[in-house]
Amino acid sequence: MSDAADSVPVLSARGLIKKFGGITATNNVTLDVRRGARHALIGPNGAGKTTLINLLTGVLTPTEGRVVLQGEDISGLAPHERVRRGLVRTFQINQLFVSMTPLETLALVISQQRGRGATFWKPLGGDAEVARRCEELLAQFHLSEVMNQRTEYLAYGKRRLLEIAIALACEPRVLLLDEPVAGVPAGEREELLQTVAALPADVSVLLIEHDMDLVFSFADRMTVLVNGGVLTEGSPEEIAANEEVKAVYLGHEVAHG
Amino acid sequence: MQAQQTLIRSNRFRPWEPVLWLAALAIPVLLPHYALIVNEIAIVALFAVSLDLVLGYAGIVSLGHAAFFGLGAYTAALFCKHVSPDPHLGLLVAIAASALLGLAASFTVLRGSDLTRLMVTLGVALILLELANKLDWLTGGTDGIQGLVFSPVLGLFEFELTGRVASYYSLGVLLILFFVARRLVNSPFGATLQAIRDNRLRAMAVGIPVHARLVSIYTVAGGMAGAAGALFTQTSGFASLDVFEFHRSADLMLMLVVGGTGWLYGGVVGAIVFKLMQDALSSITPQYWTFWLGLFLVVLVLVGRDRLFKPWTWIRRGR
Repeated sequence: MSDAADSVPVLSARGLIKKFGGITATNNVTLDVRRGARHALIGPNGAGKTTLINLLTGVLTPTEGRVVLQGEDISGLAPHERVRRGLVRTFQINQLFVSMTPLETLALVISQQRGRGATFWKPLGGDAEVARRCEELLAQFHLSEVMNQRTEYLAYGKRRLLEIAIALACEPRVLLLDEPVAGVPAGEREELLQTVAALPADVSVLLIEHDMDLVFSFADRMTVLVNGGVLTEGSPEEIAANEEVKAVYLGHEVAHG
Repeated sequence: MQAQQTLIRSNRFRPWEPVLWLAALAIPVLLPHYALIVNEIAIVALFAVSLDLVLGYAGIVSLGHAAFFGLGAYTAALFCKHVSPDPHLGLLVAIAASALLGLAASFTVLRGSDLTRLMVTLGVALILLELANKLDWLTGGTDGIQGLVFSPVLGLFEFELTGRVASYYSLGVLLILFFVARRLVNSPFGATLQAIRDNRLRAMAVGIPVHARLVSIYTVAGGMAGAAGALFTQTSGFASLDVFEFHRSADLMLMLVVGGTGWLYGGVVGAIVFKLMQDALSSITPQYWTFWLGLFLVVLVLVGRDRLFKPWTWIRRGR
Protein backbone atom coordinates (compact mmCIF):
# COMPACT_ATOMS: atom_id res chain seq x y z
CA MET A 1 0.00 0.00 0.00
CA SER A 2 1.47 3.32 -1.10
CA ASP A 3 0.93 5.56 1.86
CA ALA A 4 1.32 8.89 0.04
CA ALA A 5 -1.54 8.34 -2.41
CA ASP A 6 -3.88 6.62 0.03
CA SER A 7 -3.32 8.84 3.00
CA VAL A 8 -5.82 11.51 1.85
CA PRO A 9 -8.44 11.34 4.58
CA VAL A 10 -12.01 11.21 3.29
CA LEU A 11 -13.44 11.59 6.77
CA SER A 12 -11.70 13.30 9.69
CA ALA A 13 -12.62 13.86 13.29
CA ARG A 14 -10.64 16.79 14.71
CA GLY A 15 -10.37 17.01 18.50
CA LEU A 16 -13.92 15.85 19.18
CA ILE A 17 -15.10 16.30 22.75
CA LYS A 18 -18.55 15.45 24.05
CA LYS A 19 -19.57 16.04 27.65
CA PHE A 20 -22.84 14.92 29.20
CA GLY A 21 -23.00 16.96 32.38
CA GLY A 22 -19.86 15.97 34.29
CA ILE A 23 -19.16 12.88 32.21
CA THR A 24 -16.81 13.09 29.25
CA ALA A 25 -18.08 10.48 26.78
CA THR A 26 -15.73 11.49 24.00
CA ASN A 27 -12.36 12.85 24.97
CA ASN A 28 -10.41 14.72 22.31
CA VAL A 29 -10.77 12.15 19.53
CA THR A 30 -8.84 12.76 16.33
CA LEU A 31 -9.33 10.15 13.65
CA ASP A 32 -8.71 9.93 9.90
CA VAL A 33 -10.47 7.49 7.62
CA ARG A 34 -8.51 7.27 4.40
CA ARG A 35 -10.02 6.94 0.95
CA GLY A 36 -10.99 3.34 0.24
CA ALA A 37 -9.99 2.28 3.74
CA ARG A 38 -11.32 -0.67 5.69
CA HIS A 39 -10.93 0.97 9.06
CA ALA A 40 -12.01 -0.74 12.26
CA LEU A 41 -12.90 1.02 15.49
CA ILE A 42 -12.65 -1.24 18.51
CA GLY A 43 -12.82 -0.79 22.23
CA PRO A 44 -14.44 -2.32 25.29
CA ASN A 45 -18.06 -1.65 26.19
CA GLY A 46 -18.52 1.92 27.33
CA ALA A 47 -15.46 3.14 25.44
CA GLY A 48 -17.59 5.72 23.61
CA LYS A 49 -17.92 4.10 20.20
CA THR A 50 -21.62 4.83 19.83
CA THR A 51 -21.24 8.41 21.01
CA LEU A 52 -18.47 8.92 18.46
CA ILE A 53 -20.70 7.55 15.68
CA ASN A 54 -23.48 9.89 16.76
CA LEU A 55 -21.07 12.83 16.68
CA LEU A 56 -19.83 11.91 13.21
CA THR A 57 -23.35 11.49 11.79
CA GLY A 58 -24.75 14.58 13.44
CA VAL A 59 -27.21 12.98 15.83
CA LEU A 60 -25.27 14.60 18.67
CA THR A 61 -23.55 17.99 18.61
CA PRO A 62 -19.97 17.94 19.91
CA THR A 63 -19.04 20.13 22.86
CA GLU A 64 -15.84 20.90 20.96
CA GLY A 65 -14.12 19.81 17.76
CA ARG A 66 -14.96 19.42 14.10
CA VAL A 67 -15.97 16.78 11.60
CA VAL A 68 -14.55 17.12 8.09
CA LEU A 69 -15.85 15.16 5.11
CA GLN A 70 -13.81 15.39 1.88
CA GLY A 71 -12.28 18.67 2.96
CA GLU A 72 -15.62 20.24 3.92
CA ASP A 73 -16.40 21.09 7.54
CA ILE A 74 -19.74 19.38 8.16
CA SER A 75 -19.85 20.00 11.93
CA GLY A 76 -22.90 22.26 11.63
CA LEU A 77 -24.94 20.12 9.24
CA ALA A 78 -28.09 18.17 10.12
CA PRO A 79 -27.96 14.35 9.84
CA HIS A 80 -29.85 14.22 6.53
CA GLU A 81 -27.54 16.83 5.00
CA ARG A 82 -24.51 14.72 5.92
CA VAL A 83 -26.17 11.72 4.28
CA ARG A 84 -26.62 13.76 1.09
CA ARG A 85 -22.86 14.44 1.13
CA GLY A 86 -22.10 10.74 1.37
CA LEU A 87 -21.70 9.97 5.08
CA VAL A 88 -24.03 7.06 5.80
CA ARG A 89 -24.38 4.69 8.74
CA THR A 90 -25.99 1.39 9.68
CA PHE A 91 -27.32 0.61 13.13
CA GLN A 92 -26.30 -1.94 15.73
CA ILE A 93 -29.99 -2.58 16.40
CA ASN A 94 -31.93 -2.85 13.12
CA GLN A 95 -33.70 0.37 12.20
CA LEU A 96 -35.98 -0.65 9.36
CA PHE A 97 -39.25 0.44 7.82
CA VAL A 98 -41.11 -2.58 9.13
CA SER A 99 -44.44 -2.18 7.38
CA MET A 100 -42.84 -1.91 3.95
CA THR A 101 -41.26 -4.57 1.75
CA PRO A 102 -37.52 -4.61 0.99
CA LEU A 103 -38.33 -3.55 -2.57
CA GLU A 104 -40.42 -0.56 -1.45
CA THR A 105 -37.82 0.38 1.14
CA LEU A 106 -34.96 0.43 -1.36
CA ALA A 107 -37.07 2.18 -4.00
CA LEU A 108 -37.88 4.99 -1.62
CA VAL A 109 -34.32 5.35 -0.36
CA ILE A 110 -32.92 5.41 -3.90
CA SER A 111 -35.57 7.94 -4.99
CA GLN A 112 -34.64 10.12 -2.04
CA GLN A 113 -30.94 9.74 -2.80
CA ARG A 114 -31.48 10.81 -6.40
CA GLY A 115 -33.28 13.95 -5.29
CA ARG A 116 -36.76 12.67 -6.11
CA GLY A 117 -37.98 12.13 -2.57
CA ALA A 118 -40.36 15.06 -2.87
CA THR A 119 -41.87 13.87 -6.16
CA PHE A 120 -45.53 13.51 -5.38
CA TRP A 121 -47.19 13.07 -8.73
CA LYS A 122 -45.42 10.01 -10.12
CA PRO A 123 -45.74 6.54 -8.60
CA LEU A 124 -42.90 5.05 -6.58
CA GLY A 125 -40.96 2.95 -9.06
CA GLY A 126 -42.20 4.97 -12.00
CA ASP A 127 -38.56 5.66 -12.72
CA ALA A 128 -36.90 2.75 -14.52
CA GLU A 129 -33.43 3.77 -13.28
CA VAL A 130 -34.58 3.51 -9.66
CA ALA A 131 -36.16 0.11 -10.26
CA ARG A 132 -32.98 -1.16 -11.93
CA ARG A 133 -30.80 -0.08 -9.02
CA CYS A 134 -33.29 -1.79 -6.65
CA GLU A 135 -32.87 -5.06 -8.50
CA GLU A 136 -29.07 -4.79 -8.36
CA LEU A 137 -29.06 -4.20 -4.63
CA LEU A 138 -31.65 -6.90 -3.93
CA ALA A 139 -29.52 -9.41 -5.83
CA GLN A 140 -26.28 -8.25 -4.21
CA PHE A 141 -27.77 -8.63 -0.73
CA HIS A 142 -29.55 -11.94 -1.34
CA LEU A 143 -32.95 -10.31 -0.89
CA SER A 144 -34.50 -10.98 -4.31
CA GLU A 145 -36.66 -13.90 -3.17
CA VAL A 146 -38.10 -11.97 -0.24
CA MET A 147 -38.43 -8.57 -1.88
CA ASN A 148 -42.22 -8.57 -1.58
CA GLN A 149 -42.51 -9.69 2.03
CA ARG A 150 -43.19 -7.18 4.73
CA THR A 151 -39.91 -6.43 6.49
CA GLU A 152 -41.29 -7.31 9.92
CA TYR A 153 -41.81 -10.93 8.77
CA LEU A 154 -38.26 -11.43 7.42
CA ALA A 155 -35.74 -13.73 9.10
CA TYR A 156 -33.25 -11.88 11.31
CA GLY A 157 -30.33 -12.46 8.96
CA LYS A 158 -32.30 -11.03 6.04
CA ARG A 159 -33.25 -7.98 8.06
CA ARG A 160 -29.58 -7.51 8.90
CA LEU A 161 -28.75 -7.64 5.18
CA LEU A 162 -31.48 -5.12 4.43
CA GLU A 163 -30.03 -2.87 7.14
CA ILE A 164 -26.78 -2.65 5.15
CA ALA A 165 -28.50 -2.59 1.74
CA ILE A 166 -30.41 0.55 2.81
CA ALA A 167 -27.16 2.29 3.68
CA LEU A 168 -25.58 1.30 0.38
CA ALA A 169 -28.66 2.54 -1.48
CA CYS A 170 -27.71 6.01 -0.19
CA GLU A 171 -24.56 5.82 -2.40
CA PRO A 172 -22.18 6.46 0.50
CA ARG A 173 -18.60 7.65 0.15
CA VAL A 174 -18.01 6.75 3.77
CA LEU A 175 -20.02 3.93 5.33
CA LEU A 176 -20.15 3.54 9.11
CA LEU A 177 -20.99 -0.08 9.94
CA ASP A 178 -22.12 -0.45 13.54
CA GLU A 179 -21.66 -4.10 14.57
CA PRO A 180 -23.07 -5.56 11.36
CA VAL A 181 -23.06 -9.19 12.51
CA ALA A 182 -24.37 -8.55 16.04
CA GLY A 183 -26.94 -11.16 17.01
CA VAL A 184 -26.95 -12.99 13.70
CA PRO A 185 -27.33 -16.76 14.19
CA ALA A 186 -24.51 -18.99 12.91
CA GLY A 187 -26.53 -20.33 9.98
CA GLU A 188 -27.13 -16.88 8.49
CA ARG A 189 -23.73 -15.45 9.36
CA GLU A 190 -21.73 -16.56 6.36
CA GLU A 191 -24.02 -14.80 3.88
CA LEU A 192 -23.65 -11.59 5.82
CA LEU A 193 -19.85 -11.82 6.15
CA GLN A 194 -19.50 -12.39 2.41
CA THR A 195 -21.67 -9.38 1.71
CA VAL A 196 -19.62 -7.18 4.01
CA ALA A 197 -16.40 -8.40 2.40
CA ALA A 198 -17.83 -7.65 -1.06
CA LEU A 199 -18.69 -4.01 -0.36
CA PRO A 200 -17.56 -1.77 -3.25
CA ALA A 201 -13.86 -0.86 -3.02
CA ASP A 202 -14.47 2.85 -3.64
CA VAL A 203 -16.61 3.08 -0.50
CA SER A 204 -14.50 3.84 2.56
CA VAL A 205 -15.69 1.83 5.56
CA LEU A 206 -15.45 2.54 9.27
CA LEU A 207 -16.38 -0.65 11.08
CA ILE A 208 -17.38 -0.77 14.74
CA GLU A 209 -17.26 -4.37 15.85
CA HIS A 210 -16.78 -6.65 18.85
CA ASP A 211 -16.20 -9.75 16.77
CA MET A 212 -12.38 -9.96 16.53
CA ASP A 213 -12.44 -12.58 13.76
CA LEU A 214 -14.37 -10.21 11.55
CA VAL A 215 -12.25 -7.21 12.54
CA PHE A 216 -8.92 -8.88 11.76
CA SER A 217 -10.13 -10.47 8.51
CA PHE A 218 -11.67 -7.23 7.28
CA ALA A 219 -9.67 -4.24 8.49
CA ASP A 220 -6.49 -2.74 7.04
CA ARG A 221 -6.36 -0.08 9.74
CA MET A 222 -7.49 -0.07 13.36
CA THR A 223 -8.19 2.50 16.04
CA VAL A 224 -8.57 1.48 19.68
CA LEU A 225 -10.90 3.57 21.81
CA VAL A 226 -10.73 3.43 25.61
CA ASN A 227 -12.62 5.64 28.06
CA GLY A 228 -13.71 8.03 25.33
CA GLY A 229 -10.21 8.67 23.99
CA VAL A 230 -7.95 7.13 21.33
CA LEU A 231 -5.52 4.68 22.93
CA THR A 232 -3.64 3.87 19.76
CA GLU A 233 -3.97 3.44 16.02
CA GLY A 234 -2.18 1.19 13.56
CA SER A 235 -2.27 -1.76 11.20
CA PRO A 236 -3.97 -4.95 12.45
CA GLU A 237 -0.51 -6.48 13.01
CA GLU A 238 0.63 -3.56 15.13
CA ILE A 239 -2.56 -3.62 17.17
CA ALA A 240 -2.35 -7.36 17.68
CA ALA A 241 1.20 -6.96 18.98
CA ASN A 242 0.50 -3.93 21.17
CA GLU A 243 0.91 -4.80 24.85
CA GLU A 244 -1.13 -1.82 26.02
CA VAL A 245 -4.09 -2.89 23.89
CA LYS A 246 -3.83 -6.42 25.19
CA ALA A 247 -3.79 -5.20 28.75
CA VAL A 248 -6.63 -2.69 28.52
CA TYR A 249 -8.86 -4.10 25.86
CA LEU A 250 -8.40 -7.83 26.01
CA GLY A 251 -7.99 -7.76 29.76
CA HIS A 252 -11.34 -6.07 30.02
CA GLU A 253 -12.86 -8.67 27.74
CA VAL A 254 -11.49 -11.51 29.86
CA ALA A 255 -12.85 -9.90 32.98
CA HIS A 256 -16.19 -9.76 31.21
CA GLY A 257 -16.21 -13.39 30.11
CA MET B 1 -37.92 -5.28 -14.88
CA GLN B 2 -39.89 -7.31 -12.40
CA ALA B 3 -39.18 -4.83 -9.61
CA GLN B 4 -40.68 -1.95 -11.51
CA GLN B 5 -43.82 -3.88 -12.41
CA THR B 6 -44.31 -4.90 -8.79
CA LEU B 7 -43.87 -1.36 -7.59
CA ILE B 8 -46.28 0.07 -10.12
CA ARG B 9 -48.84 -2.70 -9.65
CA SER B 10 -49.42 -1.65 -6.05
CA ASN B 11 -51.08 1.61 -7.13
CA ARG B 12 -53.18 0.14 -9.88
CA PHE B 13 -56.95 0.29 -9.38
CA ARG B 14 -58.64 -2.64 -7.69
CA PRO B 15 -61.82 -3.91 -9.42
CA TRP B 16 -64.00 -2.89 -6.46
CA GLU B 17 -62.87 0.74 -6.52
CA PRO B 18 -64.92 1.91 -9.53
CA VAL B 19 -67.86 -0.17 -8.22
CA LEU B 20 -67.79 1.75 -4.94
CA TRP B 21 -67.63 5.14 -6.62
CA LEU B 22 -70.30 4.31 -9.20
CA ALA B 23 -72.60 3.05 -6.43
CA ALA B 24 -72.05 6.28 -4.51
CA LEU B 25 -72.84 8.34 -7.61
CA ALA B 26 -75.95 6.26 -8.40
CA ILE B 27 -77.59 6.43 -4.96
CA PRO B 28 -78.85 10.05 -5.03
CA VAL B 29 -80.74 9.24 -8.28
CA LEU B 30 -81.93 5.73 -7.47
CA LEU B 31 -82.73 6.32 -3.80
CA PRO B 32 -83.50 10.04 -3.51
CA HIS B 33 -84.27 9.68 0.19
CA TYR B 34 -80.63 8.93 0.81
CA ALA B 35 -79.26 11.97 -1.01
CA LEU B 36 -78.85 13.95 2.21
CA ILE B 37 -76.99 11.20 3.99
CA VAL B 38 -74.78 10.59 0.96
CA ASN B 39 -73.87 14.26 1.18
CA GLU B 40 -73.06 13.94 4.88
CA ILE B 41 -71.01 10.78 4.29
CA ALA B 42 -69.05 12.37 1.45
CA ILE B 43 -68.14 15.32 3.68
CA VAL B 44 -66.98 13.29 6.68
CA ALA B 45 -65.23 10.82 4.37
CA LEU B 46 -63.18 13.69 2.96
CA PHE B 47 -62.49 14.86 6.50
CA ALA B 48 -61.44 11.33 7.53
CA VAL B 49 -59.18 10.89 4.48
CA SER B 50 -57.47 14.11 5.51
CA LEU B 51 -56.82 12.75 9.01
CA ASP B 52 -55.58 9.48 7.54
CA LEU B 53 -52.93 11.37 5.56
CA VAL B 54 -51.57 12.72 8.83
CA LEU B 55 -52.24 9.80 11.17
CA GLY B 56 -52.08 6.76 8.91
CA TYR B 57 -49.25 7.87 6.66
CA ALA B 58 -47.15 10.27 8.69
CA GLY B 59 -47.94 8.80 12.13
CA ILE B 60 -49.01 12.07 13.77
CA VAL B 61 -51.91 11.60 16.18
CA SER B 62 -54.38 14.47 16.36
CA LEU B 63 -57.41 15.13 18.52
CA GLY B 64 -57.92 18.57 17.02
CA HIS B 65 -58.51 17.99 13.36
CA ALA B 66 -61.79 19.91 13.70
CA ALA B 67 -59.68 23.09 13.78
CA PHE B 68 -59.18 22.83 10.01
CA PHE B 69 -62.73 21.67 9.33
CA GLY B 70 -64.08 24.58 11.36
CA LEU B 71 -61.83 27.18 9.77
CA GLY B 72 -62.88 25.93 6.32
CA ALA B 73 -66.54 26.12 7.34
CA TYR B 74 -66.30 29.68 8.68
CA THR B 75 -64.13 30.89 5.82
CA ALA B 76 -66.69 29.60 3.30
CA ALA B 77 -69.50 31.28 5.28
CA LEU B 78 -67.71 34.62 5.56
CA PHE B 79 -66.63 34.56 1.94
CA CYS B 80 -70.24 34.00 0.88
CA LYS B 81 -71.56 36.73 3.16
CA HIS B 82 -69.02 39.43 2.39
CA VAL B 83 -67.40 38.65 -0.96
CA SER B 84 -69.18 36.34 -3.34
CA PRO B 85 -71.86 33.60 -3.19
CA ASP B 86 -69.92 31.52 -5.71
CA PRO B 87 -69.35 28.12 -4.03
CA HIS B 88 -66.31 27.16 -6.11
CA LEU B 89 -64.39 30.29 -5.28
CA GLY B 90 -65.46 29.96 -1.65
CA LEU B 91 -64.20 26.38 -1.60
CA LEU B 92 -60.81 27.39 -2.97
CA VAL B 93 -60.46 30.25 -0.50
CA ALA B 94 -61.45 27.93 2.38
CA ILE B 95 -58.87 25.36 1.26
CA ALA B 96 -56.18 28.05 1.11
CA ALA B 97 -57.05 29.40 4.56
CA SER B 98 -57.02 26.01 6.28
CA ALA B 99 -53.88 24.97 4.45
CA LEU B 100 -52.24 28.10 5.87
CA LEU B 101 -53.45 27.12 9.34
CA GLY B 102 -52.06 23.63 8.69
CA LEU B 103 -48.71 25.15 7.75
CA ALA B 104 -48.61 27.25 10.93
CA ALA B 105 -49.85 24.43 13.18
CA SER B 106 -47.41 21.91 11.69
CA PHE B 107 -44.59 23.48 13.65
CA THR B 108 -46.31 22.46 16.89
CA VAL B 109 -46.35 18.75 16.00
CA LEU B 110 -42.79 18.31 14.69
CA ARG B 111 -41.39 17.38 18.06
CA GLY B 112 -42.74 15.69 21.13
CA SER B 113 -44.42 12.40 21.92
CA ASP B 114 -47.87 11.22 20.89
CA LEU B 115 -49.29 12.46 24.16
CA THR B 116 -47.98 16.00 23.74
CA ARG B 117 -49.30 16.02 20.18
CA LEU B 118 -52.76 14.98 21.35
CA MET B 119 -52.75 17.88 23.78
CA VAL B 120 -51.34 20.45 21.36
CA THR B 121 -53.74 19.56 18.54
CA LEU B 122 -56.66 19.57 20.97
CA GLY B 123 -55.52 22.95 22.26
CA VAL B 124 -55.36 24.52 18.79
CA ALA B 125 -58.94 23.40 18.07
CA LEU B 126 -60.16 24.74 21.42
CA ILE B 127 -58.49 28.11 20.84
CA LEU B 128 -60.23 28.46 17.49
CA LEU B 129 -63.54 27.43 19.05
CA GLU B 130 -63.19 30.13 21.66
CA LEU B 131 -62.15 32.72 19.07
CA ALA B 132 -65.22 31.91 16.98
CA ASN B 133 -67.30 32.27 20.12
CA LYS B 134 -65.85 35.60 21.24
CA LEU B 135 -65.41 37.42 17.95
CA ASP B 136 -69.17 37.72 17.53
CA TRP B 137 -68.98 40.84 15.34
CA LEU B 138 -67.36 38.58 12.76
CA THR B 139 -68.66 35.10 13.44
CA GLY B 140 -72.04 35.73 15.01
CA GLY B 141 -70.87 34.12 18.27
CA THR B 142 -73.17 31.33 19.46
CA ASP B 143 -75.68 32.07 16.69
CA GLY B 144 -73.15 31.35 14.00
CA ILE B 145 -73.60 32.62 10.46
CA GLN B 146 -76.99 31.68 9.08
CA GLY B 147 -79.18 32.07 6.04
CA LEU B 148 -76.39 31.83 3.50
CA VAL B 149 -77.48 31.48 -0.10
CA PHE B 150 -74.91 30.13 -2.52
CA SER B 151 -75.06 30.52 -6.26
CA PRO B 152 -75.65 27.40 -8.41
CA VAL B 153 -72.96 24.73 -8.77
CA LEU B 154 -71.14 25.15 -12.10
CA GLY B 155 -73.54 28.05 -12.67
CA LEU B 156 -76.29 25.55 -13.54
CA PHE B 157 -77.49 23.51 -10.57
CA GLU B 158 -79.26 25.31 -7.77
CA PHE B 159 -78.90 23.83 -4.27
CA GLU B 160 -82.36 22.42 -3.36
CA LEU B 161 -84.01 20.79 -0.36
CA THR B 162 -83.76 17.16 -1.53
CA GLY B 163 -79.99 17.41 -1.29
CA ARG B 164 -79.34 15.87 -4.67
CA VAL B 165 -77.24 18.73 -6.02
CA ALA B 166 -75.50 19.01 -2.66
CA SER B 167 -74.62 15.31 -2.67
CA TYR B 168 -73.18 15.46 -6.18
CA TYR B 169 -71.24 18.58 -5.36
CA SER B 170 -69.72 16.96 -2.27
CA LEU B 171 -69.13 13.63 -4.01
CA GLY B 172 -67.41 15.45 -6.87
CA VAL B 173 -65.06 17.31 -4.55
CA LEU B 174 -64.42 14.13 -2.55
CA LEU B 175 -63.66 12.19 -5.71
CA ILE B 176 -61.14 14.75 -6.95
CA LEU B 177 -59.37 15.23 -3.62
CA PHE B 178 -59.41 11.51 -2.84
CA PHE B 179 -57.55 10.74 -6.04
CA VAL B 180 -55.12 13.55 -5.41
CA ALA B 181 -54.44 11.97 -2.01
CA ARG B 182 -54.19 8.51 -3.55
CA ARG B 183 -51.65 9.73 -6.05
CA LEU B 184 -49.73 11.47 -3.29
CA VAL B 185 -49.40 8.48 -0.97
CA ASN B 186 -48.28 6.16 -3.76
CA SER B 187 -45.49 8.49 -4.85
CA PRO B 188 -41.90 8.63 -3.57
CA PHE B 189 -43.09 11.50 -1.37
CA GLY B 190 -45.76 9.25 0.18
CA ALA B 191 -43.21 6.48 0.67
CA THR B 192 -40.88 8.82 2.54
CA LEU B 193 -43.80 9.75 4.82
CA GLN B 194 -44.40 6.08 5.62
CA ALA B 195 -40.71 5.70 6.28
CA ILE B 196 -40.93 8.53 8.82
CA ARG B 197 -43.96 6.89 10.43
CA ASP B 198 -42.23 3.50 10.62
CA ASN B 199 -38.86 4.71 11.86
CA ARG B 200 -38.05 8.36 12.20
CA LEU B 201 -34.42 7.74 13.22
CA ARG B 202 -33.70 5.72 10.09
CA ALA B 203 -35.66 8.11 7.89
CA MET B 204 -33.21 10.80 8.98
CA ALA B 205 -30.28 8.46 8.48
CA VAL B 206 -31.17 7.88 4.81
CA GLY B 207 -31.33 11.59 4.12
CA ILE B 208 -35.07 12.28 4.33
CA PRO B 209 -35.70 15.85 5.55
CA VAL B 210 -38.18 14.77 8.21
CA HIS B 211 -39.40 18.18 9.30
CA ALA B 212 -39.96 19.44 5.77
CA ARG B 213 -41.99 16.32 4.96
CA LEU B 214 -44.19 16.64 8.03
CA VAL B 215 -44.79 20.34 7.35
CA SER B 216 -45.87 19.55 3.77
CA ILE B 217 -48.29 16.78 4.63
CA TYR B 218 -49.80 18.68 7.54
CA THR B 219 -50.43 21.63 5.20
CA VAL B 220 -52.05 19.40 2.58
CA ALA B 221 -54.19 17.64 5.19
CA GLY B 222 -55.23 20.97 6.66
CA GLY B 223 -56.39 22.17 3.26
CA MET B 224 -58.31 18.97 2.66
CA ALA B 225 -60.07 19.14 6.02
CA GLY B 226 -60.87 22.77 5.23
CA ALA B 227 -62.48 21.65 1.96
CA ALA B 228 -64.71 19.29 3.97
CA GLY B 229 -65.67 22.17 6.27
CA ALA B 230 -66.47 24.40 3.30
CA LEU B 231 -68.68 21.69 1.81
CA PHE B 232 -70.48 21.43 5.13
CA THR B 233 -71.27 25.16 5.16
CA GLN B 234 -72.17 25.36 1.50
CA THR B 235 -74.54 22.39 1.52
CA SER B 236 -76.23 23.32 4.80
CA GLY B 237 -76.33 27.10 4.37
CA PHE B 238 -74.88 27.94 7.76
CA ALA B 239 -71.79 27.70 9.97
CA SER B 240 -71.96 27.44 13.75
CA LEU B 241 -69.61 26.78 16.65
CA ASP B 242 -70.42 23.08 16.37
CA VAL B 243 -67.89 22.74 13.52
CA PHE B 244 -65.02 23.32 15.97
CA GLU B 245 -66.36 21.05 18.73
CA PHE B 246 -64.23 18.30 20.22
CA HIS B 247 -66.73 15.56 19.33
CA ARG B 248 -66.02 16.21 15.65
CA SER B 249 -62.34 15.36 16.07
CA ALA B 250 -63.16 12.42 18.31
CA ASP B 251 -65.82 10.97 15.96
CA LEU B 252 -63.26 11.25 13.19
CA MET B 253 -60.76 9.16 15.16
CA LEU B 254 -63.49 6.56 15.69
CA MET B 255 -64.16 6.41 11.96
CA LEU B 256 -60.51 5.68 11.28
CA VAL B 257 -60.55 3.04 14.01
CA VAL B 258 -63.52 1.42 12.28
CA GLY B 259 -62.12 1.66 8.75
CA GLY B 260 -58.42 1.26 9.50
CA THR B 261 -55.57 3.72 8.97
CA GLY B 262 -52.97 3.91 6.25
CA TRP B 263 -54.99 2.94 3.17
CA LEU B 264 -57.18 6.03 2.54
CA TYR B 265 -60.30 3.90 1.99
CA GLY B 266 -60.32 3.38 5.75
CA GLY B 267 -61.64 6.91 6.10
CA VAL B 268 -64.31 6.31 3.47
CA VAL B 269 -65.41 2.96 4.92
CA GLY B 270 -65.33 4.34 8.45
CA ALA B 271 -67.45 7.32 7.42
CA ILE B 272 -70.01 5.08 5.72
CA VAL B 273 -70.29 2.65 8.65
CA PHE B 274 -70.34 5.42 11.25
CA LYS B 275 -72.94 7.58 9.52
CA LEU B 276 -75.22 4.67 8.58
CA MET B 277 -75.09 3.32 12.13
CA GLN B 278 -75.76 6.76 13.53
CA ASP B 279 -78.71 7.17 11.17
CA ALA B 280 -80.21 3.71 11.77
CA LEU B 281 -79.62 3.57 15.52
CA SER B 282 -80.80 7.08 16.26
CA SER B 283 -84.09 6.41 14.43
CA ILE B 284 -84.66 3.20 16.43
CA THR B 285 -83.53 4.51 19.79
CA PRO B 286 -82.93 8.28 19.69
CA GLN B 287 -81.73 8.44 23.30
CA TYR B 288 -79.44 5.46 23.47
CA TRP B 289 -77.86 5.22 20.06
CA THR B 290 -74.44 6.09 21.40
CA PHE B 291 -74.70 3.04 23.68
CA TRP B 292 -74.99 0.73 20.66
CA LEU B 293 -72.27 2.59 18.84
CA GLY B 294 -70.02 2.18 21.88
CA LEU B 295 -70.84 -1.52 22.11
CA PHE B 296 -69.99 -1.96 18.44
CA LEU B 297 -66.64 -0.26 18.90
CA VAL B 298 -65.75 -2.39 21.91
CA VAL B 299 -66.61 -5.57 19.99
CA LEU B 300 -64.70 -4.33 16.95
CA VAL B 301 -61.57 -3.66 18.92
CA LEU B 302 -61.73 -6.87 20.98
CA VAL B 303 -62.55 -9.19 18.09
CA GLY B 304 -60.42 -7.40 15.53
CA ARG B 305 -61.55 -5.80 12.29
CA ASP B 306 -60.41 -8.63 10.07
CA ARG B 307 -62.19 -11.33 12.01
CA LEU B 308 -65.37 -9.30 12.54
CA PHE B 309 -65.87 -8.70 8.83
CA LYS B 310 -64.77 -12.17 7.71
CA PRO B 311 -67.29 -14.47 9.43
CA TRP B 312 -65.95 -17.52 7.59
CA THR B 313 -62.87 -17.37 9.76
CA TRP B 314 -64.99 -17.91 12.88
CA ILE B 315 -65.50 -21.63 12.27
CA ARG B 316 -61.83 -22.36 11.89
CA ARG B 317 -60.22 -23.45 15.12
CA GLY B 318 -58.26 -20.67 16.65
CA ARG B 319 -54.66 -21.33 17.55
